Amino acid sequence: MTLALRVAGTRARFHFDFRCELPTRGITAVFGRSGAGKTTLLRAIAGLERIPGAELRFEDTVWQDAHGFVAPHQRAIGYVFQEPSLFPHLDVRGNLEFGLRRRRPEARRLTLEEGVALLDLESLLTRRPQALSGGERQRVAIARALLASPRLLLLDEPLSSLDIGARTTILGHLERLRERLGIPMIYVTHELREVMRLGDHLLLIEAGEVRAAGALQALLTRPDLPFAGFEESGSVLDAIHESQDREFQLSQLRIAAGRLAVSLRELPAGARLRVRIEARDVSIALDPPLRTSILNVLPARVLDLQPDRDPARMWVRLALGPDVLLASITRRSAVGLGLAPGTPVYAQIKSAALME
Amino acid sequence: MPGADLIALGISLRLALITTALLIVLCTPLAWWLGMGQSRLRVGIDALVSLPLVLPPTVLGFYLLVLLGPRGVLGAGLKALGLPSPAFSFSGLVIGSLVYSLPFVVQPLRDAFASIGPRTLEAAATLGASPRDRFFAVAIPLARRGYLTAAVLAFAHTLGEFGVVFMIGGNIPGRTRTASMAIFDHAEQLDYAAADRLSLTLLGLCLLLLLGVYGANRQWRVAALSA
Repeated sequence: MTLALRVAGTRARFHFDFRCELPTRGITAVFGRSGAGKTTLLRAIAGLERIPGAELRFEDTVWQDAHGFVAPHQRAIGYVFQEPSLFPHLDVRGNLEFGLRRRRPEARRLTLEEGVALLDLESLLTRRPQALSGGERQRVAIARALLASPRLLLLDEPLSSLDIGARTTILGHLERLRERLGIPMIYVTHELREVMRLGDHLLLIEAGEVRAAGALQALLTRPDLPFAGFEESGSVLDAIHESQDREFQLSQLRIAAGRLAVSLRELPAGARLRVRIEARDVSIALDPPLRTSILNVLPARVLDLQPDRDPARMWVRLALGPDVLLASITRRSAVGLGLAPGTPVYAQIKSAALME
Repeated sequence: MPGADLIALGISLRLALITTALLIVLCTPLAWWLGMGQSRLRVGIDALVSLPLVLPPTVLGFYLLVLLGPRGVLGAGLKALGLPSPAFSFSGLVIGSLVYSLPFVVQPLRDAFASIGPRTLEAAATLGASPRDRFFAVAIPLARRGYLTAAVLAFAHTLGEFGVVFMIGGNIPGRTRTASMAIFDHAEQLDYAAADRLSLTLLGLCLLLLLGVYGANRQWRVAALSA
């Protein structure tokens, strides 16, 4: 099931022409610089912006085509704005009930209590929006959108107006939502960290056009895309917290292709996490290194090699089970080791950062 | 207070009440369009609506009289339909007051709607509220202070108007003579005591109204900030 769209036009001298098909499961991160047209695209999907000639089909429902336009209130979407837009004349409970009441009882997927619990709003119910902090308001806005039982949740840079503390809290909440509700989300951001932390799929937007679309891991590790230019460039792996080693202060994680040891985390066994591994922290050996200080050595296979902008270096994509790991090594090492697609190797991971 | 004055006061109050009620209903769509719309016509309409603020009331009253009188364009039309001419009648007073107090209702409502901003209404739309639902469940409650201000201004302004109603109503005792005209008559006849009595009554009424408004406004603000 997908959201198929073709949205093209001009707004205030800005030309855009978006064509893509997005999966309607998991979180699709829409990533791009400010002014790339991310918000325009999201507003068109919501129907808040009526772009003439646009075509939008959500699963089996046509939202816009040459014959018609479904108004936003009939699209069964949720929308979280950059600035939390709560109704100032209602208290938190009234805000939460606004969308809930406008849904037929049999179409409701969440009770007020469940929505409140998901975003930890118990103590805020009788407060007025004006008496809440920015982070609290955005949590209410997210719960309010969810309580309308949308088929698709759209989030437009929901963290950008918040301080670091509130961002961390809400990122945790969004992760929880992804795990528990299974509602598809489209998440617009210009922060790569948020993409890496939350995204399952990625839509890369550049100057009003779709530069690339696909699974997050595959796109992040593609050296021809601008991610490789970012400091955080590297791979993102899903992991499960398995056990703790108190003596050496380490946490043992399970990833698809094996185990990873990271600095000790106070997390329950079974907690889902995301690990980021920077390309420069991955080195490659042909034989299993026997006496090494590096804890995390995993068997892998070379997928491909590509030149870097730096002529002394190469990008190597490794298959780590079903995951893709990006390594940045010197060209000399690549030639010296005779790396080629298919070569079995050992990936030595110097450090892995948990995303939280 | 003599009976004639009470009757004049009654006419004033009735006129103010009817005018206010009609204006609130009639101006809501106009103010909505002015506050929310994007049409280029808005500037012109805005200016036209504000005209009664700067026009001398007698000028306004004179044109209304010309228009609504038995030989006026509208008056003649009404006559052709078998309806009485509104000139020198209570309905004429209402029409005059509607025009005269129009900006006092349109402007607070327009500003109240404009200050809601499109995003709050968009949020309501994404939560499943139809345009009509958004209007009644979001826009009206958020514009309530604008409504209160508009109602009080329209009421007080109509209560105190003189020039327009004098021109179009003709100061007929028991029919079109309002309190402000009665005060004028008393003063003209040098009956300052009677003029004083009626003036004081109007003064007290207006003050009471304003006190009520400021009190309510304050309470809303306090309720919004605390809680």
